[in-house]
Amino acid sequence: MLGLSLVAFFLWSSTSYGGSYGASAAFKDNIYNPGTLKPIDSVLKVKVGERAPDFTLPAVSGEHISLSQHSGKKNVVLSFVPAAWTPVCSDQWPGYNIVQEMFEQYDAVLLGITVDNVPTLFAWTNQMCQGDRRLWFPVLSDFWPHGAVADAYGVLRSDGVSERALFIIDKKGAIRYIHVEDINKRPHLEIIFKELEKIERQG
Amino acid sequence: MKGHSGDASFWLELRRAGMQSFYEGVVVMKKMFICQTVTIVMLVVLCGPAVVMATSPPKQGGVLPDITLATPTDTTERDYLGLPGGDTFKIPQIKAEVVIIQIFSMYCPHCQREAPRVNELYRIMEETAGLKGRMKLIGIGTGNSPFEVDVFKKTYKAPFPLFADSDFSIHKSLGEVRTPYFIGVTIKGGGAHEVFYSKLGGFEKPQAFFELMVELSNLK
Repeated sequence: MLGLSLVAFFLWSSTSYGGSYGASAAFKDNIYNPGTLKPIDSVLKVKVGERAPDFTLPAVSGEHISLSQHSGKKNVVLSFVPAAWTPVCSDQWPGYNIVQEMFEQYDAVLLGITVDNVPTLFAWTNQMCQGDRRLWFPVLSDFWPHGAVADAYGVLRSDGVSERALFIIDKKGAIRYIHVEDINKRPHLEIIFKELEKIERQG
Repeated sequence: MKGHSGDASFWLELRRAGMQSFYEGVVVMKKMFICQTVTIVMLVVLCGPAVVMATSPPKQGGVLPDITLATPTDTTERDYLGLPGGDTFKIPQIKAEVVIIQIFSMYCPHCQREAPRVNELYRIMEETAGLKGRMKLIGIGTGNSPFEVDVFKKTYKAPFPLFADSDFSIHKSLGEVRTPYFIGVTIKGGGAHEVFYSKLGGFEKPQAFFELMVELSNLK
């Protein structure tokens, strides 16, 4: 009885998810709606003030990108999104794609990361940009070892995707800001720039 | 039945146990029936409202859902909309005969690509003789904070008022339409209005879309 009531509750609550995201007609029917997921399903392994775990991952562009290559030069914003072809994720990076100047204003680079493999990320980001404009920031594949970087940061969920998380790392390699969002929601853009402005002020 | 006298009491016990089981079974079945009925009722009560409350997009010939927007702080935009004053307003209060509402998102690639064409639509509205001021254009950014709407506005130099729908509440009341989505409304005075256009997708040719809006709204 309790179980059935819980099922009923989730059926009810799930009718209010999914339609709000993946809302762009750009993706046509290629968005897979996983329904409402547990908001957060991991435990952070890093803290603000600590050195950010270094990594080297393959990018859709064919390069290999390391966190440490930006050390001493740029602030780094890591944007983990759970999965290609799913609602909120498909609605997040196209927004970041029009604010490259704002990132540059704060001497920051953006690295997008998911646990999908490179071909999947290639197809998805292509459709995201309608084929005529690539994302300006590198998109990295944390596919193999599966989710190793997400795991190092403590944002790998029990089903193998990462959280929807933002990490801001300063030029010295220290983590300055962590935001793990409810996986079903999209964090508002101003979060990133408020923190980058703080780093610029505080040094 | 065969058996010794000891067996007779055994069978009596068994019969008694059997009857007891039967009655216990009846009680269990009664409990299960009640449980199932209550569960079905709960399912209907919990899921039913969701089915009933699930909104659909505004229909041609119908009305808009109750949408409250923040009055723009920019005086040019306030004057453009001809609003009476106050911190918020409703779309039928806009001083126009026709209002075209673009439902967009800063995060929507289609909306980004279409932005120059929508700007052109605004320009046509403002420059067509005899129609300036009679048809007006606004945009509502679904799930967009004021910051995000501002980014879109500045990036694409949108010359018409854009509004934030940070928590998706307006988007939900509009049936969670995909973007870009256009709604055309005729304003009839006294708060009355009617939806004459409600469709997913943008337009390739701003002039043709403008003429379509004029035709469907009987503006001329």
